[in-house]
Amino acid sequence: MSAIKPDPARLRYDLEIVASWVPPGTRVLELGCGEGDLLYYLNHHKQVDGSGIEKNEARVTVCIEKGLTVLQGDINEEIDDYPDNTFDFVICTLTLQQVHDPADLIRGMLRIGKRGIVSFPNFSHWKNRAQLFFTGRAPRTRELPYEWYNTPNIRVITIKDFRKFTRDVGIRIIREVAIDTYNKNRNGMVITGLADWRATYGVFMVENGSA
Amino acid sequence: MSEYLDHAGAGVSIGLVETRNFTFADPPGEIILESGSRLGPVTIAYETYGRLNREKDNAILICHALSGDAHVAGYHDPEDTKPGWWEHMVGPGKGIDTNRYFVICSNILGSCMGSTGPCTCNPNTAEPYALDFPVVTIGDMVNVQKALVHFLGIDVLHAVVGGSIGGMQVLEWCVRFPEMVKSAIPLATTIRHSALAIAFNEVARQAIMADPNWNNGKYYDGPKPDLGLAVARMIGHITYLSDDSMRHKFGRRLQDKSDFSFNFDADFQVESYLRYQGKKFVERFDANSFLYITKAADYFDLAREYGDGSDVDAFSGATAKVLLISFTSDWLYPTYQSRDIVKALKKNGLDVSFCEIEAKWGHDAFLLPNERMTSMIKGFLSHVGD
Repeated sequence: MSAIKPDPARLRYDLEIVASWVPPGTRVLELGCGEGDLLYYLNHHKQVDGSGIEKNEARVTVCIEKGLTVLQGDINEEIDDYPDNTFDFVICTLTLQQVHDPADLIRGMLRIGKRGIVSFPNFSHWKNRAQLFFTGRAPRTRELPYEWYNTPNIRVITIKDFRKFTRDVGIRIIREVAIDTYNKNRNGMVITGLADWRATYGVFMVENGSA
Repeated sequence: MSEYLDHAGAGVSIGLVETRNFTFADPPGEIILESGSRLGPVTIAYETYGRLNREKDNAILICHALSGDAHVAGYHDPEDTKPGWWEHMVGPGKGIDTNRYFVICSNILGSCMGSTGPCTCNPNTAEPYALDFPVVTIGDMVNVQKALVHFLGIDVLHAVVGGSIGGMQVLEWCVRFPEMVKSAIPLATTIRHSALAIAFNEVARQAIMADPNWNNGKYYDGPKPDLGLAVARMIGHITYLSDDSMRHKFGRRLQDKSDFSFNFDADFQVESYLRYQGKKFVERFDANSFLYITKAADYFDLAREYGDGSDVDAFSGATAKVLLISFTSDWLYPTYQSRDIVKALKKNGLDVSFCEIEAKWGHDAFLLPNERMTSMIKGFLSHVGD
């Protein structure tokens, strides 16, 4: 068993964006932290006080082996136990599309943390649109590789929809970036024009309060 | 705690080790127990492995469960066929690495494996204490462990580790002596016994006390309450296993026969297994110690003692970094009880990690080799103090 040290250059591209938004020395909670790549990076390069929640036992094991503070559990249940404003940032990447009640989750994130950072696959990417338009079938792409009957992605979100969602639930977008990714999401670039067509993912930082 | 699987000694053994004794609290300097009784002198049997470093900050205390002892790893004699009870976890390069850490384990107060307990000679009467031995608590056990740790010249423990009743001691350490505990690993444990756990303990105690040989605890110069103790152990073993593990291990298979015997011999393998475990246990364990230790476990309730009934308040003074582990098939201390601890630690802003390991071996799982448990403990320990 050797120490597992992820190469920061191998951080998933949306996580690189997220990491660049987190100032050093802050308190961070990551919901659905997987094998802890982002937390490990933040702990070692930004000296954050970080912890994570992950459902999968094998992934939790990997995190704890790396010396990360991680709880095995359901993100919706686990966030209830933290006092208000425990964290500076609560991060939830590529998970929002899989939760039953995203509004409730976002409110919970912004109760226990000052700011929330989320990323999600942009469903209005041109490939999804083209597939639905030309083939008449539910889109399957690199980012959303499942069939309709086995996908964990039970919520269809687009970048435009997320902006509307923030207005509906009364939260404010502080930062946002649309990205196009390739090489299994390891690499990518920021999209500026026609983002809702061209972006594979959206990354947003939000806080309480109306725009 | 059972011995039904041989501990596959992964890696190198620590080798030959010996049990030492530390005696203190000679009258009139007896220790005062939580019950208010005085006890002295007190002898603590302990073993240590590895080397204490110059800074004296690499010590790990291991707390054993109900029937355990100070002999965690290695062998007492070159002829020994069986190593210590956690051989696969403790040793050079293992989960608790004796090349890096100075490992201490002591026999708990009230036990019969070298530390002062009901079978120890009462200096006032020159006979075994028997029921004159005062009722001890998990807190009392931890108090004498602290005395030992100080005797060894250690002010701060890198970690306190233990499962089951050992895990209760770990939790007690966190709140009783927070300044001495840098990190804690409670395994398969609980903040308090459920009614179910107390019920099983009570049935086990009744089995001992109903044995005519028990004689109100005064059996040391005559026949021992072996039948009662064996039944108590059999009850214990049922709670340490699980429906799943018993189905896998025994099913309804018959023991050395192809048909029922139509009498009350052991027909089923599970019967024969329990009888064997019971019989083996009475050779090494004292019935009165069983009564005292199970009582201490039943009394254990951190919320009552430190939190005015609140789990959260109980941990308000704790500072240790914690790794909690539970096991899916443990129905003695089910995962929800570990989650309650996690919740209380979180609400106090403590650094806590938690993992529920999928295991079919029931409560016993914490004693059995498990790669995930080992790698988590190893990784966690090496990052304490980062």
